[in-house]
Amino acid sequence: MSSLLAQLFPPSTTRNMELSADVLIILTSAAIIYYLTRWHRWKYLWREWLTTVDHKKIGIMYLIAAVTMLFRGGVDALLLRAQLAVPNNHFLGPLHYDEIFTTHGTIMIFFMAMPLIFAMFNIAIPLMIGARDVAFPRLNAISFWLFAFAGFLFNISFVIGGSPNAGWTSYPPLTELAFNPGVGQNYYLMALIVTGIGTTATGINFLVTILRMRAPGMTLMRMPMFAWTTLVTSVLILFAFPPLTVAMVLTLFDRLFGTAFFTIGRGGMPMMYVNLFWLFGHPEVYILVLPSFGIFSEVVATFSRKKLFGYSTMVYSVLAITFLSYGTWVHHFFTMGAGAAVNVFFGLSTILIAIPTGIKIFNWIFTMWNGRIKMTVAMMWALAFIPTFVVGGATGVMLGAVPADYQFHNSYFLIAHFHNVIIGGTVFGLLSGVYYWWPKMTGRLLNERQGKWAFWLFFLGFWVTFMPQYALGFMGMTRRMYTYSHGFGWSSLNLMSTIGAFVMGAGFVVMVYNFVWSQIHGEIDVTGDPWDGRTLEWSTPSPAPEYNFARIPVVTDRDAWWAIKQDHKSNVIQIKPQEIQDIELPKSSAIPFLMGLSFFVFSVGMVFSWWWIAVVGFLGFVVCMLVGTFDYDDHKEVPRQVIQNTESALGRLQG
Amino acid sequence: MSLKRSKRAIRFTVLALAIGLSVSGCGNDFVILHPAGPVAASELNLIEITAATMIVIILLVWVLFGIALVRFREKPGNQAPYRPLWDHNRALELGVIAVSVVAATIIAIPTWNKTFALDRIPAGKTPIVIDVTSLDWKWLFEYPGQHIATVNYIDVPTNRPVLFELTANSPMNTFWVPQLGGMEYTMPSEVLPLWLEASKPGLYWGRSGNFSGSGFVHMTFDVHAVSQAAFDTWVHTVRTTKPPMTMADYRQLLKFNWIAPRYYSAYPAATFPAETHGFTLEGGMYMEMQPTPK
Ligand code: HEM
Ligand SMILES: [Cu+2]
Repeated sequence: MSSLLAQLFPPSTTRNMELSADVLIILTSAAIIYYLTRWHRWKYLWREWLTTVDHKKIGIMYLIAAVTMLFRGGVDALLLRAQLAVPNNHFLGPLHYDEIFTTHGTIMIFFMAMPLIFAMFNIAIPLMIGARDVAFPRLNAISFWLFAFAGFLFNISFVIGGSPNAGWTSYPPLTELAFNPGVGQNYYLMALIVTGIGTTATGINFLVTILRMRAPGMTLMRMPMFAWTTLVTSVLILFAFPPLTVAMVLTLFDRLFGTAFFTIGRGGMPMMYVNLFWLFGHPEVYILVLPSFGIFSEVVATFSRKKLFGYSTMVYSVLAITFLSYGTWVHHFFTMGAGAAVNVFFGLSTILIAIPTGIKIFNWIFTMWNGRIKMTVAMMWALAFIPTFVVGGATGVMLGAVPADYQFHNSYFLIAHFHNVIIGGTVFGLLSGVYYWWPKMTGRLLNERQGKWAFWLFFLGFWVTFMPQYALGFMGMTRRMYTYSHGFGWSSLNLMSTIGAFVMGAGFVVMVYNFVWSQIHGEIDVTGDPWDGRTLEWSTPSPAPEYNFARIPVVTDRDAWWAIKQDHKSNVIQIKPQEIQDIELPKSSAIPFLMGLSFFVFSVGMVFSWWWIAVVGFLGFVVCMLVGTFDYDDHKEVPRQVIQNTESALGRLQG
Repeated sequence: MSLKRSKRAIRFTVLALAIGLSVSGCGNDFVILHPAGPVAASELNLIEITAATMIVIILLVWVLFGIALVRFREKPGNQAPYRPLWDHNRALELGVIAVSVVAATIIAIPTWNKTFALDRIPAGKTPIVIDVTSLDWKWLFEYPGQHIATVNYIDVPTNRPVLFELTANSPMNTFWVPQLGGMEYTMPSEVLPLWLEASKPGLYWGRSGNFSGSGFVHMTFDVHAVSQAAFDTWVHTVRTTKPPMTMADYRQLLKFNWIAPRYYSAYPAATFPAETHGFTLEGGMYMEMQPTPK
């Protein structure tokens, strides 16, 4: 018993910070349980959300999860910055700091950015291409629940068993048992394996959805840009995640079963891990940024009231980026002795990939050119991206110049680079998407004034946080240092960076306030087309009914909805009763949730080496698969009459 | 409103940067800007070329962006042209591609040249060899030519290339002395080469650039560059006044801790790997290991 307790609650989980987290977790859970019971919401929760296969609801769940994880990752970031605010600080000890930078990076990439991207895919893509749902709705729900349970698993490491502490890249041999006892690293490995399976399935799902389910008339070259970037992101996912999974599984074997793939002794080759990791990792950075590129293309065109400039160039740039991004991974370890010829090859490929990226930036500027720019919050996030991302791209090119990278590698210059591209690219883009599609998701508009406050705090905070870090790189400060002494001259820049981080934190708080406030008091979107949009999702009411389109639209133009509006001179298109037919829709299912749960149980067994629990979890998974396979009753019919009533209630029925 | 605000934002950022830089004394603390040897100088030169090129691109984007933002704002009475169907312009697009390609070429050429140039020790100079092992959490330096060893401190002669042969008996680290040049990884059961040279006498700090556990912050060392004569004297002093390192001493060094500099008049050869997966100064890991000059 006491040894079990020691395993569950090692010293790293009984520090003050962890204990306060325990209290908070217990209180919050109690409050949620109380609320659900008091208002009889359990059934509703189960029926409408936990078992849903509707892409719109799955999208909203992804969004909620991502914002929650942004909070966790953000708190981690503020703790790190608080520790670095002054030299020789004792706020966090070395072990504590190591755990927090590890969870910060891992959560931000895998449990914040990825689900936020999938939120956008789910919310927008089927509506944008005129489809009723994704190609494999149940698989879509499975992806979500694998991600959600993996995220849950990763987060509980903070209070049960201990957090991982080898960085989001987790290079061996540091992850080997000899250097990394405890279960923290197992959490990292299992969480990434499980969420990786979900992510791969999402890649397949959206690839097929976009290739097979577009509305009649929507040729590939008439797809909205966001559909294009989703398509290539899906392809990238399909090829990038397998190497990651292999790297994670082999490391897990090294730790649990005594194999020696990457170990220090017995002929292990740690560098093999590094190759596998970045074979995933570089495409991953484009997985992170390409969806945002798509969102910018939609938002900038909409709010400049103009067609997207250079559509075909954009498409070819995206394809070039996809292809090239598999040929640059070695730039993450130029300094691992691969030799001059290899380094030059990868240095040049890195510089090459910057060309299509740069071209796209100019195209967005030309989209604004000769347009009429309207400053909504969604547009401000998109606009903020242009001057910000170009700096990150430029420093990326500086890192790609091999001998320069020998000086920059692992320094704060690198840290500044990737935050510059990930925040200035990925995050700005996704937030633009959130503000843009929020009415479509919820039926209400976000308050613009609050949104602008959030934007300016976050945007200015970003510059104050990360520009000093470039300078710190030139001063020789390396990443993952939990403290530094006064003599290096790093103190004032670090302080400045910390101040900026807290300003960003304030921006986040205002943004969440903005979301909650607007959900209660926000203006209701009656037309379904609040921005005078150009693509099909704006032709539906907000939020779109379960079946999306009462009648699937026919596409004649790249800006499909814009063209329809020009024809009809109206932005609420009415439909004739005789055009309505019965609609077949996927049926809710408990299997995805239970499958996620099984994976969770299995993972807990693996993390703690409690094999019988792992077996139980695995059996649960097998049962879910079997039941799911023979479940032929997976569709339901929505009768004409119901659709007619819904449409007429929405004021969209003729006569 | 937001135009004014964004102007203010830019001014604020510039001001903040200026204050930050001046408070931190924009001087010698920027180690990468103060190279003390040919490798670091050559790398800095490339940094300057890339930075200059990239600043041109950044400014181009910023200026175009600024103009677009000001001219084409939706406001009553805006006289600027509005052409909602203007969606391509071959000349403009080709121009953009041309600008990008030119910028990429300006960077690519010196990158190519320097990568090859820095991979080789300049002909005609005989390097002094130092075998470096990263341990948890300290640096062990062995001089195979001088038969002495040190921990967390080295003397090197000026104006003579130093060939560092890097390995690890610990998780990976990188060996980095910013004022002498860029870093290279230390990995268990591999020996990676890195050559550096100090052209000015001085004391230069070095550290590990790759996280290797909770004591990683303490993996610092000093490089003291002195004249060849002073170096020879130093070697002589170490050899005559310090104790030799025994295998037991070495095992002590493997403990998870950090320590002040130490000096040994001799060391057991078995402490440095005789074999590796095959990295060389001239080639990749898949080429055969070549004997390095000792
Ligand atoms: C113009 C395009 C880009 C170029 C040329 C570029 C180049 C590079 C290079 C050479 C490195 C490795 C530096 C080193 O480790 O020493 C790097 C690191 C990184 N880049 Fe980029 N990059 C670009 C765009 C992006 C984008 C769009 C993202 C993500 C949205 C991104 C995210 C990252 C991350 C996360 C790392 C560091 C990962 C780590 O070590 O933890 N980069 N980049
Ligand atoms: Cu990369």
